[in-house]
Amino acid sequence: MSVTNEEYRPLIVAFCCNWCSYAGADLAGNNRLAYPADVKIIRVPCSCRVNPAFILRAFQRGADGVIICGCHPGDCHYTSGNYYTRRRMALLFSMLDYLGIEKERTRVEWVSAAEGAKFAATMNDFCKTVAALGENKRLEDLRCKK
Amino acid sequence: MQRIGVFVCHCGTNIAGTVNVEAVSDALRKEPGVVFSTNYQYMCSQAGQDIIKNAIAEYKLTGIVVCSCSPRMHEATFRKTAASAGINPYMVEIANIREQCSWVHKDTLTGTEKAIILGRAAIAKVNLNAPLTPGQTPVTKRALVIGGGIAGIQTALDIADAGFPVDIVEKKPTIGGKMAQLDKTFPTLDCAACILTPKMVDVAQNEKIRIFSYSEVTEVHGFVGNFDVTIKKKARYVREDICTGCGACTEKCPQKKIPNEFNLGMDTRRAIYIPFAQAVPKVATIDPDHCNMLKNGKCGVCSKVCTAGAIDYNAKDEFLTEKYGAIVVATGFNPIPMDKFDEFAYSQSKDVITSLEFERLMNAAGPTGGKLLRPSDGEHPHTLVFVQCVGSRCEACAEKGKEYCSKICCMYTAKHAMLTRDKYPDTEVYVFYIDVRTPGKNFDEFYRRAVEEYGVHYIKGMVGKVSPEGNKLKVQASDLIENRQIHIDADLVVLAAAIEPDKSARPLATMLTASMDTNDFFTEAHPKLRPVESPTAGVFLSGACQGPKDIPETVAQAGAAASKVIGLLCKDQLTGNPCVAHPDEMMCSGCSNCEKVCPYGAITYVDKEFRMPDRTTKVRRVAQVNEAVCQGCGCCTVACMSGAMDLKGFKNEQIFAEVDAICR
Repeated sequence: MSVTNEEYRPLIVAFCCNWCSYAGADLAGNNRLAYPADVKIIRVPCSCRVNPAFILRAFQRGADGVIICGCHPGDCHYTSGNYYTRRRMALLFSMLDYLGIEKERTRVEWVSAAEGAKFAATMNDFCKTVAALGENKRLEDLRCKK
Repeated sequence: MQRIGVFVCHCGTNIAGTVNVEAVSDALRKEPGVVFSTNYQYMCSQAGQDIIKNAIAEYKLTGIVVCSCSPRMHEATFRKTAASAGINPYMVEIANIREQCSWVHKDTLTGTEKAIILGRAAIAKVNLNAPLTPGQTPVTKRALVIGGGIAGIQTALDIADAGFPVDIVEKKPTIGGKMAQLDKTFPTLDCAACILTPKMVDVAQNEKIRIFSYSEVTEVHGFVGNFDVTIKKKARYVREDICTGCGACTEKCPQKKIPNEFNLGMDTRRAIYIPFAQAVPKVATIDPDHCNMLKNGKCGVCSKVCTAGAIDYNAKDEFLTEKYGAIVVATGFNPIPMDKFDEFAYSQSKDVITSLEFERLMNAAGPTGGKLLRPSDGEHPHTLVFVQCVGSRCEACAEKGKEYCSKICCMYTAKHAMLTRDKYPDTEVYVFYIDVRTPGKNFDEFYRRAVEEYGVHYIKGMVGKVSPEGNKLKVQASDLIENRQIHIDADLVVLAAAIEPDKSARPLATMLTASMDTNDFFTEAHPKLRPVESPTAGVFLSGACQGPKDIPETVAQAGAAASKVIGLLCKDQLTGNPCVAHPDEMMCSGCSNCEKVCPYGAITYVDKEFRMPDRTTKVRRVAQVNEAVCQGCGCCTVACMSGAMDLKGFKNEQIFAEVDAICR
């Protein structure tokens, strides 16, 4: 009964720290644990490298969800980077919520290099959540669209 | 604008199976800056690398994008290729279309689409790449080994053999670790002490090796080649340099009833003690929790009997800071506590013991002098029940035990059963198992000998309950093959407890910024290709701190770790990571935000003279990054309010470009 013949797929940007989460994503690959192709990963040295401006930019350019993955608290390769991420993102996400970007569109997750299964499960869950919310219209800058 | 070459790898069918590589290379050819695009079966092969080198020469490429496996796998390979063809190795970017695309997506259409987008992001990034030159730092030619068990001993001996000084830090009063507590070793049944103690003596006599026993690592700073480590030497109240190890004090001390840790509390020791006869260093240690003199100033017997005058009741913990080029973690394992497994009545009966306690009971230097006697009444046991996998392979009860297989229990239980039957042919020995796992040289033969020659009863099934009744232990178990319940009246029950990493490993990992898995085992840099290195440069792994291991495997890994350390210490200079923070001095306001968040103290402030447009000069405070100390996390770049701080190799504009390319 569907009216659209093309299924809506969300666009999701994932920032993964090089030491834990990016390796966790690689492990998900090694173990052939499937998750939707909607997730596109950008490698950063540490989750604390993720500038809030990157996330705003992603939403401006039409991303439907942004997820930041880092090492578990206490396990940061750089000792304390993920603690900064946690605090910065808490602030940013509440601000985004105020701007009308639903809290479910943004997420911080801790995935270690040994947690390939967790990475895949997280991405599956996040894609489902974002897909249910539908397209992000709130911050999208239409001047950027062709 | 760069002149970019795009190289798409098929990786056999690993990538080409899900991704239309032809379509990817065609699509990426149209991207801005791309002057050449191709695909090949194995880009990492010599022929594949030659394609890259030839294209660099032919098309005068300034940037390279390889769409292949994870950069954690082959980034270094392709950087070397680029460097050998004359372009800066940091002009190479990898689009991960294997681990993060073809292996996780099943559909060719979406897989190809995503591969193109990932390739686009890499092209967008490489367009903004700049050549980077890594700095050089000198290497401190000394290694630190944390843990003095067989793993640490072997690593230290091998490093010292190559001519480099090594320090061993051991938290217990003696080196030797778990192996010193074992009786015989499988599958050859040679005695553990006979093969271990000569190695301990070698360590003690080696001029290149220093032993810090009864000591702990409390702080680690620095980075590969240049670690600063603070070691706490706990006060042992006995001067190590003077004590001769004669043992007179340990015979005269009036505090007699202290459980002896070395024999797992099955007998007692004094408040001043030498853990065992072959201890290295062979010096006495006073246990401050039980010594009368230290607790209330009344006693002093040991100082009276010590002819050497080695006792020093006023000793304090000492802290010393040493420099090292490499650190080897060899913190080992412990059997898990049995308090959560009370169905086996471990807390209710002295005659339910763990396998390590059984080792001490069988050992000639143990509490019974090597006679197998029941701990409760000293009687000779006739019926013995061994229970395997106590806490191992506990998927259903993960909070009680461990999900993993502890690996060594099958073999040592076969050994215990065999030794018992060999020494005491009048005994009946039952072993309850889930599976018997004997992969290893001569291991299965050994297990079969236990069954066939020594008549050990192996029963597939788990023990449900052990209940002490009178002087017997009622064992209820199920036999899964014959599908029946079994009741055995046992005299002694031995539990093969799962093994877990030592508790000191977790805080140590935090100090070293080395990663661990969910079970607190250290993770290796690559599970197959770099098994003895931690992902943290300069930190190496030896023995059971990385996963359950038997002695031959531990020794093999210890030697491998040593060879990696030697390879590092042989170098005079280390090439650093050029992806470090870099401030734009014209934009820096000198606010100190970056300095506050830097975990390495790599940022300082300097007053610098700037020429203004009106030809006057002005002195301003600006941030300065010590490139040898900066590790490149990029935390400062986000803290910087003026946007002056940027991270080379991961510049703001590069990440923006990646975001834009993905969201296009």
